[in-house]
This record gives sequence, structure tokens and C-alpha cells, in this order.
Amino acid sequence: MRPFDYQRPDGLDHAALLERDGGALIAGGTNLLDLMKLQVETPDTLVDINRIGLDELEPTDDGGIRIGALVSNSVCAADPRIRADWPVLSRAILSGASGQLRNKATTGGNLCQRTRCYYFMNIDMPCNKREPGTGCSALNGRNRIHAVLGANENCIATYPGDMAVAMYALDATVEIAGPDKASRSVKIRDFHRLPGDMPQRDNVLEPGEVITGVTLPAPVGGTQLYRKVRERSSYAFALVSIAAVIRMEEGAISHASLAFGSMAHKPWHDPRIDAALTGAKPSDALFDKVADLLLENAEGYGENDFKIPLARRTVKAVLREATGAST
Amino acid sequence: MKLAINGTTRTFDGDPRTTLLDFLRRDCDLTGTKKGCDHGQCGACTVLVNGQRINSCLTLTVMHEDDEITTIEGLGTPQDMHPLQSAFVDHDGYQCGYCTPGQICSAKAMLDEAKAGWPSVVTEDLTAEIDLSGDEIRERMSGNLCRCGAYSNIIDAITDVKEAAR
Ligand code: FES
Ligand code: FES
Repeated sequence: MRPFDYQRPDGLDHAALLERDGGALIAGGTNLLDLMKLQVETPDTLVDINRIGLDELEPTDDGGIRIGALVSNSVCAADPRIRADWPVLSRAILSGASGQLRNKATTGGNLCQRTRCYYFMNIDMPCNKREPGTGCSALNGRNRIHAVLGANENCIATYPGDMAVAMYALDATVEIAGPDKASRSVKIRDFHRLPGDMPQRDNVLEPGEVITGVTLPAPVGGTQLYRKVRERSSYAFALVSIAAVIRMEEGAISHASLAFGSMAHKPWHDPRIDAALTGAKPSDALFDKVADLLLENAEGYGENDFKIPLARRTVKAVLREATGAST
Repeated sequence: MKLAINGTTRTFDGDPRTTLLDFLRRDCDLTGTKKGCDHGQCGACTVLVNGQRINSCLTLTVMHEDDEITTIEGLGTPQDMHPLQSAFVDHDGYQCGYCTPGQICSAKAMLDEAKAGWPSVVTEDLTAEIDLSGDEIRERMSGNLCRCGAYSNIIDAITDVKEAAR
């Protein structure tokens, strides 16, 4: 680990200023400290925001809930309101990492976690995300865990998390404070980025901006599933994951919202899929159409080719279960 | 900066890069806590911070001002073992023993989490009471790897303590 200056800001504004001047925010630190040990991250200043509040879940006026940026993953997943009204979020969080890591990991930090691409984490290898312009080693390398959607020759890394996938399905909003007391909210579906020609940027946060919380809209009910396919049944990242919120009325789908993890540089949400499902009667043909829409532009890079048929089978299985279809 | 380790107040004014794990082992001579991977992947370094289990390799000492840290040495002693320690002995819940302090600290907090009603990903009904079946224990302990593969005896040991607490 490179030496750094350790700072504890006295509040949000102070944290934003230190961040704007190049400091790295640390909350749970389970990803950042790992990357600092590997010298992938080498901040001059570490800004410890653990004592500035932002650690409550509170109801919003319209029946939703606001999860403070520093609420731990464990506390969020165990919150009785989340378990009852937004269970897909509890399930997604609980499917990730381990009890120890979830106790430290925070809501804001989880959103900002970096890819687990082997080359990104190895400073001896070229990587456009870590060192723009050096090339993507995964393109023709070991890419079993890499993206099949929305990638390009600049970067085929995936966003590896689970929590955010559920938040995409729930149409959450990220609340962000900026320097000089400015604040804005961004739909979570617009928060993370595709690599484009700036793979070094994972999300839309600007220097000096700090996530203060995530807001979930009022509960929509229905069946909520999080299906995670991985190499071992616990304590492993997803190869493909799906968060599904499906409500049925009189044999037809009255509400549908699907999001997909570990398939792209960001959790994947395609509004055409939700539209195709909404109002339709469940059938194998319908589920095939959903898989077609999802995988329309899918591209494998060798070792990860299997993700394409895996995603097709997984989405169909999830839809069968969520709609109660016997097909 | 001060923090409490197994009930004793300690002062830390070292390099901010010092992980809690290195501080415990190197500066406090508490070598019960083990370093396996140093990257949050094995759980050997598990300790309790204000009662919650965390990986001490992935946290900086300087971030723990006024926190209460409990290590395996604080849970029990050879003369006065914690029930989990006795159960691991009774069930041979180890072979080389390297993962054991982490397993026991983790199990202690895991039982408390279940008592507080925290669900896991294998909990079928998220709103029902928690029943710590073997599958539940396996899932909740998945952050602690055992290279010797003593898992089945570890589950038996934890199950004993859970039953006794009922
Ligand atoms: S040494 Fe901390 S998790 Fe392995
Ligand atoms: S007893 Fe040897 S690693 Fe678990």
C-alpha cells in the first residue's frame, strides 16, 4: 500500500471538498483497501466518511424508503421494511459476499465498487480502465467473467455487484451531494456507465460529488426473485444474475421489471423487456421473445460465450417461476 | 487514538496503513487472529468490532477510534473456554487449526445475527422467524474457508452450541 494522508471530515460538505481535491472516500473499505494493497488505487488522501451520519433508513412521503449511503448491507437486507416490501433487494444483498463483508459494505460504497476483472486488478497488465490508452488485456485473454452486452474493444469488464441489480429492477434513485451544497438525483438506471471511450469512468459521479442515499419508490408488490448463477453456491460473484419483479392479475402480467447482473459494464435494464411482458399472458413464446430482446446484440469474447445461452435459460426459468407458468 | 481490545484500552498512533489485523498481531501480540489471504477472501482474520464480525485484514486501525474489538483471546481462555471453543474441541472442528479462531469469532456473531432475526439468502420466507438449519449455518458461515475441509465437524460444533442456547 502506498502512503496516504488520513482525514476525517467533519461533515458532508467537508467530505465533498476533500474528494474534489483528489481524496478517495472510504466507507466500508472492503473493495478500496483491497485495491490499495494491490496498488490499483493509490490515493494521496483517504477521506474516512464513516462518522458523518447518512446511516438511517427512513420512509419517504410517497410511501417509498430512503436508504442512507452509509447504511451497511447487512442492516439494509435485514430491515423489516425492506424484507416485507422490497424483498428482491434483501435477496440480492444476501446473495453477495459474506456475513463479514456485508457488515462493513455500505449502500453507497457497494454502488461504487470496481470491476473484478483480473487484468484491472493486476498492475503489471495493460488495462484501459486502470490506465487509459494501454489496451484491454481481457479482449483476447481470460474473459470467463466478462461482459457480453454493451462492451467494446476498449473494455469488456463487468460491474460485479448484486445489490444494484435489484435497485435497477426497483427503479431506485441515487441521491448525490456536490460541493457548495449543490445536490442532484439520478435514476439508478442512469448512474452506471457503459465503457464507451472512457472505460475509466464507472459511473456519472463528478469530482466533489458524494452519494448520500438511495431512494426506492413505493412498493409494487408481486413476486420478487433474485436468481444468481455462479461457480459455487455462496461467497462468489455472479456469472449471470437476474432481479425480477412480476405482478400477475387475472392470468396476465400487470407489472414487470427485470434487471440483469454481471453481463455488462453496468447492471442491464432494457425497457423493451418490461414493456413486452406487461399486459401479456405468460407463455414460452413470450419468454423466448424476452430472451431475444435481451440478447439481440450479445457478443461473446471466447471464454464467456457460455453466458449467452446461460442468460437465455436463466431468464426463462425466472419468468416461469415468477409468473407461475407451467410451460 | 484509543480503542479497546478485549476490554483493554490500547493506543494507536502508527502508520495509517496498518490494518487492524496487523495491529492485533504485531503490536498487541494477539496472534490468535490469523492472516490467510489478506484480501477478504478466507475469513481467517475474523474479529468482532462492537459485536459485529468483520474481516480485520480489510479495515484500517485508524478507522476504529473508540471501537471495542474482541478477538479469539477475548472470547475464552484454555482454562475458561467459550462454549463454541469447547464444542470445536468436542467435535474436532479443525485439523491444522489455522482457520479456527476466525471460524469461532464468525460463529459467535453469526448466532447473534440469527437471534436478532437477520435472514440469509437460503431463508425461504424473509419475514418468518429464523430456524438455523444445517443449510442456514453453511450459508451464513461461507465467509470462513477451511483448507483442511473440517466443515462437517464445524457445522456439528455450531449446531451443538445453538441447541444448548435454546
Ligand atoms: S486474511 Fe482476512 S479474509 Fe483472509
Ligand atoms: S483446520 Fe486447517 S484450515 Fe481449517
